[in-house]
Amino acid sequence: MAHDVHTPTRSHTEYEYLRRQRSKEMRSQLTSFAIMIFLTLIAFTTVSAGFSPYLIVPIILLLAAIQVVLQLYHFMHLSNKGHGTVAFFMFSGMFVAFITVLTFVTIVWW
Amino acid sequence: MSSIAQKKGFGATVWDYMTTVDHKKIAILYFISGGLFFVIGGIEAMMIRIQLMKAGNDFLSAGLYNEIITMHGTTMIFLASMPLLLAFMNAVMPLQIGARDVAFPFLNSLGFWLFFFGGIFLNLSWFLGGAPDAGWTNYASLAMASEGHGIDFYTLGLTISGFGTLIAGINFLVTIINMRAPGMTYMRMPLFTWTTFVASALILLAFPPLTIGLFFMVFDRLFGANFFDVAMGGNTIIWEHLFWIFGHPEVYILILPAFGIFSEIFAIFSRKRLFGYTALVFATILIGFYGFMVWAHHMFTVGLGPTANAVFALATMIIAVPTGVKIFNWLLTIWGGSISFTTPMLYAIAFIPSFVAGGVTGVMQAMAPLDYQLHDSYFIVAHFHYVIVGGVVLAILAGTHLYWPKMFGTMLNEKLGKVTFWFFLIGFHLTFFIQHFLGLMGMPRRVYTFGTDQGWDAYNLISSVGALFMAIGVIVLVINVILTTIKNERVGNDPWGDGRTLEWAIPSPPPFYNFAQTPLVRGLDSYWIEKMEGNKEGMVYAEPLGDIHMPNGSFIPVVISFGMFVASFGALYHMDGDKAWALPVLIIGLAITFGSMLVRSLKDDLGFHITKEELLRDAKGGNKDGSK
Repeated sequence: MAHDVHTPTRSHTEYEYLRRQRSKEMRSQLTSFAIMIFLTLIAFTTVSAGFSPYLIVPIILLLAAIQVVLQLYHFMHLSNKGHGTVAFFMFSGMFVAFITVLTFVTIVWW
Repeated sequence: MSSIAQKKGFGATVWDYMTTVDHKKIAILYFISGGLFFVIGGIEAMMIRIQLMKAGNDFLSAGLYNEIITMHGTTMIFLASMPLLLAFMNAVMPLQIGARDVAFPFLNSLGFWLFFFGGIFLNLSWFLGGAPDAGWTNYASLAMASEGHGIDFYTLGLTISGFGTLIAGINFLVTIINMRAPGMTYMRMPLFTWTTFVASALILLAFPPLTIGLFFMVFDRLFGANFFDVAMGGNTIIWEHLFWIFGHPEVYILILPAFGIFSEIFAIFSRKRLFGYTALVFATILIGFYGFMVWAHHMFTVGLGPTANAVFALATMIIAVPTGVKIFNWLLTIWGGSISFTTPMLYAIAFIPSFVAGGVTGVMQAMAPLDYQLHDSYFIVAHFHYVIVGGVVLAILAGTHLYWPKMFGTMLNEKLGKVTFWFFLIGFHLTFFIQHFLGLMGMPRRVYTFGTDQGWDAYNLISSVGALFMAIGVIVLVINVILTTIKNERVGNDPWGDGRTLEWAIPSPPPFYNFAQTPLVRGLDSYWIEKMEGNKEGMVYAEPLGDIHMPNGSFIPVVISFGMFVASFGALYHMDGDKAWALPVLIIGLAITFGSMLVRSLKDDLGFHITKEELLRDAKGGNKDGSK
C-alpha cells in the first residue's frame, strides 16, 4: 500500500505557480497586518478621545471580531483549500456560544 | 496474528468483548446494555402506571414515586435511547460509507465503557440510600434541597456517561468527514449516515453545557460552591438554561438518527429512491441548527419576559417547517412505490401519524400564552411521549428488526415481529393519547396520586392498560430474539432483498475487517446501482486486494472508565465528612484513570496486519460469519 517514500519533483511551471501563490499569500498577509494595525489605532483613538463608553465598548468589540476573522483567514490559513468543514464547525460552535452568552446577558443577569 | 476463526469458550468471548475495538462488536455492547437499561426503564414505567391505575393508590409511596419517575426519565433518555441509537450508528454507519472502522477505534471502546460505568453508577443509587428524586431535569431549586445522595449519583453518573457520549460523537464526526470510500461525496451519503453526522455535531455542541451544569451542581452539593444558591448570590435559573441548552438539542440528537433509520426503511421497502434526498439532507441540517435556538420554550413560565418568550416561541414554530418537509418527502417516497409491509415498514408507516401528532402538540406548546395553561400538566407528558416513543422508540424497534441480520447474521421472526408491532402501537396510543385529555382536565405532571372526586379514574385506568400492552409487545420481542438466536439460521448479504446502501453489499455479520477491498461508490444508493446494472460481484472496488492494517484490542478503556467509577464513589461520600476512606478512594480512582491513560500514551501499539493470503483464504473458506 502507499507506504513508499514519495519524493516530489516539480516542473518549472509548477515552480512558477507556487511562487506566484506564495507571493499572493504574502501580500494578503501584509495587507491584513496593515488593516489590523489600523483597527488597533482606531480602538486606541476612540478611548483616548474620551467618547462615551456606550460607544466605545461596541466599537471595540466589533473591531475585535473583525480582527479575529482576519487572523483566522489570513494567518491561520482558514482561507486555504480543504478547510471548509473546519470553518463550518468553528462558526457553528461560535454561533451556539454567542447565542448562549447573548441570552445570559439579556435575560438572565439583567 | 491470525485472523482465522476459532471456537472460543464463554470466558474468552467475554474477554474478547471487553477488549474489543471493533465497531461492530462495540455496537453489540451498546445494544445489549442499552436494551438492559431499556427494560429497567420500562419496569419503572410500569410501576408508575400501576401506581396511577386507580385513585388514591398506595402501591408506591410519594418519595419512592419521585425516585421512580426521575430514574425512568433519566434511564430512558441517557441510558436506553441514546446507546441503542449509538448501537445502530456503530453497527451501520461505517459500513454505509465503506470505512474500515471508525476513525478512533480505541476511543470508540472508551466511549462505550464510560457510558456503561456511568449508567451502572447511576443505577447503584437504588441500593445505596435512594435514587435521585428531582425529576430527570433535576432543576436546581429542587435538587439542592434533596436529602441523601440521590442527586449526587445523578450528577456524577451523568458526567461519566456524558464523557462517553461526547467521545462517541466526535469519533463519528471525524469518521464521516475523513473516512468515506472513494466516490462517496457528502451528497451521496445514505440518510442514516447524514443524520448520524448531524446528531454527532449536536452532541459535540450540546454536551458541554450539560457538563458545565453538572459540574456546577457537583461543586455546589459536594464541595460547598454556591452557583445555584440564591441566598449566597447564585442564580438557580442558570441550571435551567444550561440544562435546556443541552436538553433541547438532545431531543434532536435522539430524533434525527430515528429519522435516518426511517428514511432507509421507506426507501428499501418502497423499492424507490428517497424522494427529495437533497431536501431531506438540508432539512436535517436546518433542524440541527434551529435546535440550538429554542431551548427557552421549556421555560416560558419561568418569567423571562414577553420579548424573550416571543422570540423563542417564533423560533420554535419555525422548526416545524423542516420537519414538515421531511414528512412530505417520506410520504412521496412511499407514493407509487412497490411497498412490502415487513415489520420495519409497519413501524415506519405507523411512525408518520404518531410523530405528526406529537409535533402538532409541540407547536401548540410553542404558543407561550397557551403553554402557561399546559405547563406541567399531563398534556406535556403526552406530547413528549408522542415524539419520543412515537418517533425514537418506534425507530429503535424498527431498526432492531431491520439491522438484526446485519448485526447478528440471523433474521428475526416476521410473525412475532408483527405481533410486537401491533401490541406496542396500540398500547402506545392507548397509554398516551388519553393523557392529552387528562392534561386538559387539569391533572398535574409528577403527582403520585389523585382523588376519586377529580374524575380522572377511568382515563388513568385506560392509560395503565395501554402500558400493559406495550410491555406485552416488548416481551414478545424478547421471546422473538431468544427463539431466533436458538434457531440460528444464517442469512446472506442482503436478507431483505431490496438493500440499497453499502451495508447490504457485505456479509451478515461483516468480517471483522469490513470490506476486504474498499468499494468504489458510483452514486446515491450505490449497492442498488450495482444490482440494477447486473453486477454479479456486488460491488466495484477502488483498490486491489492488499494487506489490511488493523488496530489491536485493548483492555485499557475498561480500566480508565473503572477508575472514574471508583473516583465517583470517593467524591460522593467525601461530603459526608465522617468517612475517612472517601478521599483516598477519590485519589485512587483518579490515579487508576490517569495511570492507565499514561500507559496508553507511553506504550506504542502499532496494531497488526492481515495479509492478502489470509484475506483470500477467508473469502474462499466462506468465513462469512465474521466472528474472529
